[in-house]
Amino acid sequence: MSFDVDVRHRFRSGTVAALAFQSGAGLTALFGPSGVGKTSALAMIAGLLRPDAGHVRVAGRTLFDRTTNVPAEQRRCGYIFQDARLFPHYRVRANLLYGAGRAAGAGMTLDEVSALLGIAHLLDRWPRTLSGGEAQRVAIGRALLSGPAFLLMDEPLASLDRPRRGEIMELIERVRDEVGLPILYVSHDRGEVDRLATTVVEMGSV
Amino acid sequence: MTPDLWTIVWLSLKISLVAVLVTLPIAFVLAMLLARVRFPGKFLLDGLVHLPLVLPPVVTGWLLLLAFAPNGPLGAPLAAIGVSLLFRWTGAAVAAGIMALPLMVRAIRLSIEAVDPRLEGAARTLGASRLRVWRTITIPLALPGIAAGAVLGFARSLGEFGATITFVSNIPGETQTLPIAIYSALQVPGSDPMVARLAVISVLLSLAALLLSEWLSRRGGVDHVF
Repeated sequence: MSFDVDVRHRFRSGTVAALAFQSGAGLTALFGPSGVGKTSALAMIAGLLRPDAGHVRVAGRTLFDRTTNVPAEQRRCGYIFQDARLFPHYRVRANLLYGAGRAAGAGMTLDEVSALLGIAHLLDRWPRTLSGGEAQRVAIGRALLSGPAFLLMDEPLASLDRPRRGEIMELIERVRDEVGLPILYVSHDRGEVDRLATTVVEMGSV
Repeated sequence: MTPDLWTIVWLSLKISLVAVLVTLPIAFVLAMLLARVRFPGKFLLDGLVHLPLVLPPVVTGWLLLLAFAPNGPLGAPLAAIGVSLLFRWTGAAVAAGIMALPLMVRAIRLSIEAVDPRLEGAARTLGASRLRVWRTITIPLALPGIAAGAVLGFARSLGEFGATITFVSNIPGETQTLPIAIYSALQVPGSDPMVARLAVISVLLSLAALLLSEWLSRRGGVDHVF
């Protein structure tokens, strides 16, 4: 089983983010309208938000349960955000290699990732000079180069225009089919989900 | 006796520089605590840090005098190792540093708070420990604001008068900084040219520091980091 997740977190405001699902290999889409806590659920799986209760197991490894809480930096989670969230004070190359230290030897090389994502010509640029689509490619590359055990994608297409969406969607398909990591993909767009998902988890309003 | 102009200027620069160098790490730690850590009594620390900003400087000077007197809580241990700050330029640097502290903490705190915590989260998912996130994300992005805070503190130190004259008095060549020298000269009839010269130097130094601080803080903000 790729993902075995059951988490809940009550915010100070009283709203509760909760998610429970299990899924197999490939790309699992978390589908639901905005505001049902999809992003909070990803943050709990990544270790950026501590669940009040539950468990997180990914690819057979327990990341969180009653007795375990693996810190975010040791979860080997490639997190791709809606805004690419590149580090503005590093060039593209340094952004890509930021997490590569822990992956040393394992996983893909800078050349392979650059070729896969078509970003070899961007390596010496500053993030602020990139278009939205270029930035998102770099963000995907940065996650892949960090030697992840799984990928989390939080609406990676939402801030892109339509032609860019198609391009990045193709890339995600390639990553899904060629890299073979479990992917958890958050979206509120039925079309994206139908095209990309191996498994769909519907999140209704709680 | 009138010490020569450059003695006064040099002494002022030396005192301000030492004040900022000593205060900067303290201000940085305080700014960090106030910006990013939740702890009981935080509002109290916040108030204490800002006290020199609102207290009459002469009161700050008197408190320093009490604290650093040979039998005071800080003076006694210093006396035991043969150090006294009273009536020394080092005491003037302490007074200037205390008075500059709130301004420096404010500037540094704002620049730390302006660093997007989502970037820090992204760095952690990439395998960076909290320490590495600090070193590679938080501090570099806050750096322009930290530098601006230091320059602002330097400018404030150059202008420090009340706490200094109360704590370490007015000793030419030892504690007589620019503002104190201007004040002294004003007491002597016919010293207008000296006052004017000192005042012009004060204005130029302060203006330069202020512009530098402004320029540095404008370089903050994600778009202008480099």
